This record gives sequence, structure tokens and C-alpha cells, in this order.
Amino acid sequence: MVKKILIKGGSILGETKMDILITDGLISEIATNIESVSTEIIDATGFVILPGFVDLHTHLREPGRENSETIATGSLAAARGGYVAVSAMANTLPVADTSAIVEQVLAIGKSVGLVDVFPIGAVTKGLEGHELADLGSMAHSNAKVRVFSDDGNCVSDPLMMRRALEYVKQFDGVIAQHAQDPRLTEGAQMNEGAVASTLGLKGWPAVAEEAIIARDILLANMVGSRLHICHVTTKGGVEIIRWAKSQGMKVTAEVTPHHLLLTDESANSYDPIYKVNPPLRTQSDIEALREALVDGTIDIIGTDHAPHPVESKECEWQNAAFGMVGLETAFPILYTTLIKNGRISWQRATEVMSSAPARIGGYSNHGRTISVGEPAHIAIINPSGKFVVDRAKLASKSKNTPFHGMEFEGIVVATLFNGHLTHKVGN
Amino acid sequence: MKHLLSINDLDKDFAITILDTANEMARVSEGPVKKLPTLRGKTVVNLFAEDSTRTRISFEAAAKRLSADVINFTAKGSSISKGESLKDTAQTLQALGADAVVIRHPASGAAHRLAQGRWMNGTVINAGDGTHEHPSQALLDAYTIRKHLAGGKGDLKGLRVAIVGDILHSRVARSNVLLLTKLGAEVVLVAPPTLLPHEVQAWPVKISYDFNSVLPTVDAIIMLRIQQERMSDLYFPSDREYSTLFGINSERLALTKSGSILMHPGPMNRGLEISAEVADSAQSVVVEQVANGVSIRMAILYLFIAGSQELVNG
Repeated sequence: MVKKILIKGGSILGETKMDILITDGLISEIATNIESVSTEIIDATGFVILPGFVDLHTHLREPGRENSETIATGSLAAARGGYVAVSAMANTLPVADTSAIVEQVLAIGKSVGLVDVFPIGAVTKGLEGHELADLGSMAHSNAKVRVFSDDGNCVSDPLMMRRALEYVKQFDGVIAQHAQDPRLTEGAQMNEGAVASTLGLKGWPAVAEEAIIARDILLANMVGSRLHICHVTTKGGVEIIRWAKSQGMKVTAEVTPHHLLLTDESANSYDPIYKVNPPLRTQSDIEALREALVDGTIDIIGTDHAPHPVESKECEWQNAAFGMVGLETAFPILYTTLIKNGRISWQRATEVMSSAPARIGGYSNHGRTISVGEPAHIAIINPSGKFVVDRAKLASKSKNTPFHGMEFEGIVVATLFNGHLTHKVGN
Repeated sequence: MKHLLSINDLDKDFAITILDTANEMARVSEGPVKKLPTLRGKTVVNLFAEDSTRTRISFEAAAKRLSADVINFTAKGSSISKGESLKDTAQTLQALGADAVVIRHPASGAAHRLAQGRWMNGTVINAGDGTHEHPSQALLDAYTIRKHLAGGKGDLKGLRVAIVGDILHSRVARSNVLLLTKLGAEVVLVAPPTLLPHEVQAWPVKISYDFNSVLPTVDAIIMLRIQQERMSDLYFPSDREYSTLFGINSERLALTKSGSILMHPGPMNRGLEISAEVADSAQSVVVEQVANGVSIRMAILYLFIAGSQELVNG
């Protein structure tokens, strides 16, 4: 039986109201008024239709840390957030540094079937920074890995970084760098600055991030490779990337929703729910990051969704785990901080949430336009909808959100993945 | 007011009330019967998750002189050393009916975590948390300074105090900066730049790298303990050089203002930040600080647990 879904009355990218007919997972018709005997109708009156979101930075924890998250629970959280594709970071147990592991992650993702799960391969074996992981095998495996990252760790050895950048050119790979000089951040707990000094928590200097960004931009430029900077957090990092782009260098950059919103002042409570790597910075960094997202210096929103069990956060700050969940709150934060006030258009929002991450990751089936013949990956947004984050209601297995109790606007009311409804508010 | 986590929990008037109350407590300690019935029936737990001798004994003596029941809970040989979480420890203390917990912990903010109220009720007194604060030490230092240099009453207006050494890692320095400036004193921090916190310019203090030039200008000098491991962390080239530039010895003592006092929170590294002669000199009030510590901690326990700000003898 042919499965049909009709989305009625939504405005595509915030522009003209159109009906969208989906047939067997593909967009089959777009017109002002489609009459259809379809089985399912979604009333999208007053809503905005966007291409489904793509996350380039997701920790799904499986295999090995299923007490925090599984591919199934993480996929559901992603669908709730409007995502149709996520990129599973390599810091699992065992580490995703061989074709066997990435193929396993791919297979589980497919069987869950709520989003496309694209495995990211480790750059170095065991994320240890000593030997290159099986980059080519992972690239040529069924998982067709194109994004490589030691995220959680920095590829700090400059020679290792150079070789990795050069090597992945043969299959148009990209190295996603977690920019953190390890020596400058030994035992570091939070942004180095006035707040850390008062709280007696060991500082994490901005330069530990910026020095690696600068070095890697120069390395990537020398060898002609693609470099992606994960979770930029500092004004200085933004300036360096802006300069590199002005020189035509091939670098892309990401910012997380939490770094667009929260500052190091939140550590005053000593509540480790605000402990994250890289750390929350200052208000002037937030302003620089927002501006960079507006002007294109920063290309994408990456969630750095990092689930942790309760006991990893219900303790002293210095003993707590780094990280926060983010898939289910990413879009509302972007909407509330930058879309609603008009700083970025729906077009730009589509780039940072969907088309740019898909392009960087080489996910050719994603980040496409909403037009006839395209796969029906769609997020439906209610811009005037408001909601208060309730950690108990998160689909993620872990509840470590710093946004509990905060009100945001811009609700993801429905998500379609290959024409299947994977999320609908009220369902 | 329920908890003493940071000097920021005190306004100036209440800080002075604590010092005044300590005066009364000192009188009790000097009398023939060193005991008050004030906290009879109250349970005070000393939760010491980090090695400490003088602070633990001082709080224990203070609680006992106020007739409280005291339970000592130290890291060694307890469930803490077996990896029990702070949350579980707190819930145990709650079950034991602790009215107050005096906590010493290696993690900055541990006292705040106990006091946020989800794990236990009861008063939390911070007895030193990581590199954050040590409020009772600052109060006993202020008490000692006031006794010697301000007639044992009022604030510390017009006095100038130097704090010398590893400011970066010192909870004593953080609490003292807050308290001494709150009480009107001027504070100058003397340390190599590597041992000063980032953005220390935001603190209400003066900074100097030149110990000799500071010595004749201050009424009290607080020397901080320097940890041996700081050297391997590249904070300074050698203990010899540290001692030469930032240690106090007889030659430096000769540069001090007459009537000025020399303090150290202990334990001292004799021969490193302080020479033996200076530690035992007439200007040194290090031993007296320990005695004053008991009076201050009696005042803290009394004011925070008994919940009254009236003086003991009215």
C-alpha cells in the first residue's frame, strides 16, 4: 500500500504557505491547496516547515555506556528535537576505531530507524593519541565514515594531526578537532577567569582552545585538507577562524546551544550540571559566538549531546563528569536567542541546523531542500509555542540538562524521517 | 542565616558579632569551668574528608565546651575512604540527626553541595573546601589582629595586612581577603605572579612582588604554607629561590614595623616560607592563633546552631 502524508498550511522556511504531499518517503507534490485522500493529515497552520536537522556532534554512548544512553534512546531524543540524522561520537567502550565498531553502530541505528546514525571514527587508536586508528578501513566499511574525531580528547600531537589531516584526503574525510591543549588544562574545571578565581576551581584558559585552533588551521591549510573545529567557545577562537576564512582556508566550525546561552557565572552554585567540556565562558564570548553564527564564521550548531547518569552529577564539582544533554533543547535555544529577534533568518537557521552539517559530514541524503522528489526529512516548528524544560520528560536516558525550569519558544511539533512521523507533540 | 559556607555569607555587623562573641567565649575558656550548657542535646558532626589536625581538634574542643554531642567522621577508616559519595554520607548524617555538620573537604564547593538542602538539613559550617574558602580561619585571624592592633573591639579600619605566598591555592587567603576588607583593613597580596589567581585585579586588594618594600608598611603579616609539589608544577624554580624571595627570615623581620604581628595558619614549613627563628620570635602569634581558633569556633557554633545572635552573657 502506498503510504501518504499531507502536511497542510505550513510555511516552508517561513515563507509562502504550501501544502506538502509525501508519498512513500519522498516529497511528491507541493502546492497551495492539495486535496488528497491520504491516510494521514498534519495540520501545520501557523507553523514553519524546515528540512530535518542534522547533528554533527552526538554522544550516543553505545556500545559500552548504555547506562547513560543507547542508540535507541538517543535516536528518540534526536527525533523529539527535530533531528533526522546524528553523528555518533567515537568515545564509546570500546572506542569506534575499527570498521567492526562503526558498522555495529550503523546497524543498530538502522534497526532503531528513527534517525540516520552516522558513526564518527576515532582519529587515533583508543583515542590515546599514539597511533592512527584504522581510518581507511572505517572509510571503506559499510559505515562509509567521513568524519573522524578523538572528541573528548584533543589530537594534541602536531605531527599526528598533520598526518591524519593528510591521510583522510584520499576519501574526502574531515578531522573534527576537539581543541584543547592538554598541558594547559591539566585538572582544569571551568573557564579561567574571575569566577574560577573566586570559587577556587582550577582554570581552563581560553588560549588552550585558541592555540590548537590556530595551529590546526595552519596545518590543514598547508596540506590542503578539511578541518572542522568542534564546539568553539571563545571570542579569540572566533577571531582566528574568521581570519582563516577570509584567507580562503578550508575550515568549518561549530557552536553548541549551551555555549550560546550560559556563562561561567552559573558555576557559582557549584552544581556540576553546569560542568562541561569545553567550559562555559563569559558574556562577551557568548556575544562573539552569536555574531559568528550570524555572519557565517561559525557554520553549524552541534549539540555535543553528552548524557551522564545521575550519580555522575550528584557529587562535588571536581568529581563530576563533563557534559550536558542537548538534542531536545537545541532548536528552541536557537529560536529563542537568534531567530525570534530576527538576527538570523529561517534560511540561515536551515543552514546551521541542516544543510551545512550535512555538507561537512558528507551526508548526501540530508540537508536538502524541501522540493518535489527530495526525501521527506522535515521538522515542523511552532514559532509561537512556549514550553518549560522538564528534565523528567526528556526522552534521553540521562537527565543532565542545565535548562531544567527554563522557558523557551519555538517548539518542534513534529519530525518526519524518510516520510515517517518520528515525533509529534501530543503523541 | 543558617550556613557558614563563605565569608560572603556574613555582613560586616554579623562578622563583628562573631568576633565579639568570641571575646566572651575566650573568657569562658580562661575560667575554672571551661564549659557552657548552650548546645546541650545538639549533635555536631565533624566530617573531615581531608587530613587536618588543628582545625578538627579546634572544632571538637569548641563543640564540647558548648556541651554538644560530637561525632567525628574522618576520611581514614570510614566509608569515605571506601568511595562513598558525598550524597550518601550526607544522608547518613541526616539519619543520625546531626544538627550541624562541620565539613573539611578536598573539593572546592563541597560545603555548598551539602548545604543545597536536597541531601540533608541542618547547619553546614565550612571548615575548608579545596582551594575555595576557610571562613573560620579568616575569623580567627581577624580576631587575632583585632586583639593585638585594634583593642579587641570594632572593625579593622586603618590597618594594613599582607598575605604572602601561594594565594592561588589558598582557601585561607580567599576568606581573609573577603573578611579583612569587609572589616575595613587594607590587604596587600605578596606572591610570585604564578601563584596569584587569574584576574586577581578584580579583588579589592593591592598586589606586590616585592616583599621587602611591603614589610615596613603593614601591621600584620600572614604567611601561607607553600606546598612542595608546586615546584614540580612549575610555579617557581626551586624552594631555595622561593624562600629567598618570599620567605620570612630574621633579616626581613628587621624590616617590619614595630608592633606588627606575624601570623601563619599552620602547619608551618620551617626553613621554607618561615625561618625557625622568626616562627619562634616575639612578633609571632602563631600559637595564640590556635587558642583563638577555639574561641572563634565556639562563637560560630553558638551563633549558627543555637540560632541566637545575643551575646552569651547578654
